[in-house]
Amino acid sequence: MPRAALRSAAAAEALDQTDRRLINALQGDFPLVPEPYRQVAEGLGLSEAELLQRLDALLARRVLTRFGPMFQIERAGGAFVLAAMRVPEAEFERVAAQVNGFPEVAHNYRREHALNMWFVLATATPDGIAETIAAIEASTSLPVLAFPKEREYFVEMKLHA
Amino acid sequence: MPELKPIVDLDATDRRLMVATQAGLPLVSRPYDALAEQLGIAAGDVLRRLQRMQDCGVIRRIGAVPNHYAIGYTANGMSVWDVDDARIDELGLQVGQLEFVTHCYRRPRRLPDWPYNLFAMVHSQDRAQVAARVAQIAALLGAACRSHDILYSSAILKKTGLRIAG
Repeated sequence: MPRAALRSAAAAEALDQTDRRLINALQGDFPLVPEPYRQVAEGLGLSEAELLQRLDALLARRVLTRFGPMFQIERAGGAFVLAAMRVPEAEFERVAAQVNGFPEVAHNYRREHALNMWFVLATATPDGIAETIAAIEASTSLPVLAFPKEREYFVEMKLHA
Repeated sequence: MPELKPIVDLDATDRRLMVATQAGLPLVSRPYDALAEQLGIAAGDVLRRLQRMQDCGVIRRIGAVPNHYAIGYTANGMSVWDVDDARIDELGLQVGQLEFVTHCYRRPRRLPDWPYNLFAMVHSQDRAQVAARVAQIAALLGAACRSHDILYSSAILKKTGLRIAG
């Protein structure tokens, strides 16, 4: 969506070197110690207050979408599944709102393809996936194609800012 | 492979800790103390439980999730490949080792519409760079790959991460 892209380009310009160092440092392992922000701040040559203030601002501006533990729910008996839909252009906004309204939808992207909506479902139990897919199909009146992972070759969700 | 490890048992307190942190850690000097107070348990217990979940892979890591676009990765391509079933595991591991691939999975084909069984995400500053990297993957796969496509994202519609009910 051009408007979102423009907004984001402006955000990228507004990141200073300290923000970038902070984003890169915070994609590493955050310490499990009583005062973790202080420890990270010291490594960056910042005060704890400045680190917290910048982190808060980056989250408020949506440069960061989240800061916290990334759960691999499959390790605890849950499930993640990638799914896709072929959504008619005229209905795209309606369907996006319906799909996004499900808390099981962890993220959702518009992609340039006949299958133009791709989202990831995360549920606490494996059965939750089929139930959620059925509920999304009932809500949108469109079929959902599921692409469960058969094998994971690599995952490393770090991007250098 | 992570899929083959035994499932980790989480108790009710672990699950409450998951629900309390899935949207984010408190932005205060002592975030684990704040969680302990919220859950009515000892701060040391919060640290031990998070450490255990991290050690056994229930937590991949604790940290920041950037919006790709906002940090300059405006070209985000999901490259998809129809790879010979006899060679996909060997080749999928090699594609996953490429430094620019952030996620790489084998998934089922959905014939006749969807012939692709290998998915590799490539994030770059522009589409020309994505295309060049995809060409590198194509060269690696060689004759084992029958066809491929790149699905560029044009909007993030949602990016909250998982939300397990409390």
